[in-house]
Amino acid sequence: MAILEVRNLSKNFGGLMANRDLDLDVEEAEIRGVIGPNGAGKTTFFNVISGVCKPSSGSIKFDGKDISSLSPDKIAELGVVRTFQRVALYPDFTVLENVNIGRHLHSRENLFSAVFGGTRKLEEKNLEKSKQIVDFLGMSAYQDEVASNLPYGLQRALNVAIALATEPRLLMLDEPVAGMNPTETQEMTRIIRLIRDEMGMTVMLVEHDMRTVMNLCDKITVIDFGEKLAEGLPHEIRENKDVIEAYLGAEEIVA
Amino acid sequence: MKYIIPFAILAGFLFLPEMIGEYYVEVMILFMINLILASSFRLITTCGDWSLSQVVFMGVGAYTTALLAKFFGWPFWATVLFGGLASAVIGLAVVFPLLRTKGFGFFIGSFALGEFVRLIWVKFHFPFGGPRGMIGIPTVELSDIDFYEATPYYYLVLIFTVACLAILYRIDISRTGKVLKAIYADEDLSKCIGINVARHRAMAFSVSAFFAGIAGVLLAHRLGAIDPKNFDVNTMVYLVIWVVVGGVGTFWGPIIGVAVMMIIGEAARPLAEWRPLLFGGILIVFLTLLPGGLESLLLKLREMFEKPGNDEGNQPID
Repeated sequence: MAILEVRNLSKNFGGLMANRDLDLDVEEAEIRGVIGPNGAGKTTFFNVISGVCKPSSGSIKFDGKDISSLSPDKIAELGVVRTFQRVALYPDFTVLENVNIGRHLHSRENLFSAVFGGTRKLEEKNLEKSKQIVDFLGMSAYQDEVASNLPYGLQRALNVAIALATEPRLLMLDEPVAGMNPTETQEMTRIIRLIRDEMGMTVMLVEHDMRTVMNLCDKITVIDFGEKLAEGLPHEIRENKDVIEAYLGAEEIVA
Repeated sequence: MKYIIPFAILAGFLFLPEMIGEYYVEVMILFMINLILASSFRLITTCGDWSLSQVVFMGVGAYTTALLAKFFGWPFWATVLFGGLASAVIGLAVVFPLLRTKGFGFFIGSFALGEFVRLIWVKFHFPFGGPRGMIGIPTVELSDIDFYEATPYYYLVLIFTVACLAILYRIDISRTGKVLKAIYADEDLSKCIGINVARHRAMAFSVSAFFAGIAGVLLAHRLGAIDPKNFDVNTMVYLVIWVVVGGVGTFWGPIIGVAVMMIIGEAARPLAEWRPLLFGGILIVFLTLLPGGLESLLLKLREMFEKPGNDEGNQPID
């Protein structure tokens, strides 16, 4: 059974149909790519699934539960966590503190235990786990560095680390390698693969970098003008006429 | 090591009444009450909610203790608890509609709702005494000690100040405190990693109101009389000046702000009606020249002193 089932999903902003009747099934432990030309509605699609905006119509089921009317924090609690296209982190916190905030869902702290202790054991565990995640992303050397001092590539990696710290079942990455240099892109690709292979998470990503999408994703969904244009294995998408037409820079895909 | 300064200050406070005159003991009592108020205010500012109703919650604590002590003869220990709780509960009621707003909207909305609460005291002569307020609030009596004298009351307030500040400090350094700062730094990100933003903001507001209420209880029993003017927007402006002067980036900022502004206030006493002008001038100077408050200046100084002994300190200075 698919872990994420999207049916007839539409989202309009006034007269603008950002998403129109989208259907999508993501299988457990799959890496799914969502691509499309600029303004095709990919980020809107992410926003709607993660609860940042409410869908105009249609249903979104995660693990059999309808999540289309839930708030982002409730959706995160169920195990769907997304990153942002922009650099989204806590600039004044250190790298480790940033990741540890991501452990929020695994904390049992309340006001009383905040003041008098009581959940300290669990918090130590959370900090330990945060360190592991920082380590996993190869950022141990920067653990105590303030996030705003990091170079761009590491800030993007930290975005992923914060999301990973929540231990989601479905991790949604919005352009994870945008603006990265080739070395950073390669490293991020490797990490995303590890997230699936070693942590067993399902990954869905929006990305413009075709090379990354083609060699990372198991299956690709193409969106154009808010509608699903094609769906299939990377080589099928690469040869799909509609897709090539939608992207005027066809050689980019063929490459 | 890092606790040396707070403990030294605490020790100083223990012996202070021996060294200063009764007038200054009274000033110190007010100083400590203001410390509780300013530190409670900082809690809500950490999640980005600059409320203009904080002194109204001080008033809720003051009126609650006045009613309970005067009409029902409740002992101090009970009224201080209920004063805080009443403030926390009314805080929850007030913040509920405000959760839909943030930034400037929250600022204005909190002022409006705070005024609403305050006007209840003005309009209802029974039991609040209307614009003239309540008089004859009993002084605190605990076993044999009469807290009418300044020095015993000083120690009572000292105990409460230490306890309140310790609790607020613990919250500040806990995960909960960090989460509040995270909400301020990036609300969308915080929501998407599972933080219930509305619940945390409401909690911060209510806890903050609780401690402001306790400050109000301590104030009411010292003054013996309270009226709605004690808790109006004029007083609120002083609170804003304290935290702007001190800064809200660290726990110590508002404390420094209250200390410095109360010293300036005492020194400027002969200026009488010119004082608001002086305070306004100070506010403008700080907002334009030192927006981080005095604490940011201290942090810079500390950095300068720590640099030479620091291994990583050999970065180029720009």
